[in-house]
Amino acid sequence: MNMHVQAAEAAVSISNLSKTYDTGFEALKNVSLDIRKGEIFALLGPNGAGKTTLIGTVCGLVNPTSGQILVGGHDVVADFRKSRALIGLVPQELTGDRFETVWATVSFTRGLFGKPRNDAVIEKILKDLSLWDKRNEKLITLSGGMKRRVLIAKALSHEPEILFLDEPTAGVDVELRRDMWRVVRELRERGVTIILTTHYIEEAEEMADRIGVISKGEIILVEEKTELMTKLGKKDLTIQLQEPIATLPATLTAIGLRLNGDGTELIHTYDSQADRTGIATLMAAVSAEGLSVKDLSTSQSSLEDIFIGLLRDRA
Amino acid sequence: MNFYAIKAIYTFEMARWWRTILQSIISPVVSTSLYFVVFGAAIGSRIEAVEGVSYGAFIVPGLIMLALLQQSISNASFGIYFPKFAGTIYEILSAPISHVETVIAFVGAAATKSVILALIMLATAALFVDLNIAHPVWMLVFLILTAVTFSLLGFIIGIWADGFEKLQLFPLLIVTPLAFLGGTFYSITMLPPLWQTISLFNPVVYLVSGFRWAFYDASDVHIGISLAMTLAFLAVALIIVAWIFRTGYRLRT
Repeated sequence: MNMHVQAAEAAVSISNLSKTYDTGFEALKNVSLDIRKGEIFALLGPNGAGKTTLIGTVCGLVNPTSGQILVGGHDVVADFRKSRALIGLVPQELTGDRFETVWATVSFTRGLFGKPRNDAVIEKILKDLSLWDKRNEKLITLSGGMKRRVLIAKALSHEPEILFLDEPTAGVDVELRRDMWRVVRELRERGVTIILTTHYIEEAEEMADRIGVISKGEIILVEEKTELMTKLGKKDLTIQLQEPIATLPATLTAIGLRLNGDGTELIHTYDSQADRTGIATLMAAVSAEGLSVKDLSTSQSSLEDIFIGLLRDRA
Repeated sequence: MNFYAIKAIYTFEMARWWRTILQSIISPVVSTSLYFVVFGAAIGSRIEAVEGVSYGAFIVPGLIMLALLQQSISNASFGIYFPKFAGTIYEILSAPISHVETVIAFVGAAATKSVILALIMLATAALFVDLNIAHPVWMLVFLILTAVTFSLLGFIIGIWADGFEKLQLFPLLIVTPLAFLGGTFYSITMLPPLWQTISLFNPVVYLVSGFRWAFYDASDVHIGISLAMTLAFLAVALIIVAWIFRTGYRLRT
């Protein structure tokens, strides 16, 4: 497949993107990333990893130092009109024209993105985000959660094909989070591509189709969420004993078993993707020591554990 | 051309002005009236006619020009500074809108406001003094050219400023003194020869002189020079704005 075909199929195609700020800070180092059409992509990374800079370069807020970004096949620098018209951006910070009404500010964004007035579209968006009752209120009178909804409504006002959500749920209550994910799912069903940044891993785990991990300006991993979790997931095998024991026999310590606090459980952490997990050997050793087993359970580590493990490996 | 975007920004800026319409209009009208009361009636009655025009009528073009400069700069600088301050500039930067369109929208709105204001002041002045306008079309040309030029200047200041103090600094320290010393209240021919020469380095002299010519068919400097200088200032302002956008100065990191 040649490069052009690939680029046309991707909603966003980033190649060899670097950004060095005037201060000399290298925010992005040779980043290459393709976002597929219609997927929910979560960009995970600690604060200062380069998430917002990456979004900024795609959306036109930050000038790239080198590299190329195509949005819907259009270069974001040479063909900015076409690329930017496709994008809706919900910024991280709660900003807004304090003295404007909800209706006016959302309609303003639609115009800014080159779309003619369409009250039905705005009405639908405001209703979806439970903002309809507030449409004639000034932004200054709204709570933080409501302002966040307004920012989302603004980003959707011109019916974008690609939606960027930069830390959408930072400081947001449960209700709004639920509303927001409902809207995001509906958008995805309509074929909108969604890219969100977060450091709440459970959010990525719940929502995303694919996950990219960024750290210190580099994309260190891009993976299907489910694959990522099975592939990198460590499992804990917990063996419940009939009778508690005071100390763990030396033969069992040697093969990597640990004893829990009250002496009722043996725990073994293993790599579930390894060819030989060693569970059979383990069980044999346990019965050889004359311990009787009451129950067995395994648990998969969460994305959070994977994430922390990844970052630790890089450090 | 993204006309919807230009319309959106222009309408937004005009709506912002409309919300504070009372302050926007009353304060310049009151201050102009005060100038007329003090200089036109109280002191003006003891000043002989200048260039064949009563002093009260003579200062009308200068006063309007003074307000036009101040209002153009403050409208335009605030218009672009405020989104930077409030953080809403992200929207304009991420929108499919070119630099030219951004400037047309912001500067167009700022210039519209100050031209409307100038016309209101002119109407106010007509209540105090007998006005006749020799060249009404040229009057409008000077009004619009000056409003656009100084709105561009205001736009530049708004982009350069990183605090409200800086927003005030330039108008207060440079524009107001230049306007007062630029023949607003006097004809520079009234000055000693040395000061006449020094005054020719003051850009406002050309603006006021040209504008006054449109009213009374008499000017301190030749009308052709006034027009050429006004256009030159416009060109300089355009070049600076073009440079700002080309380099992304203080807008994009």
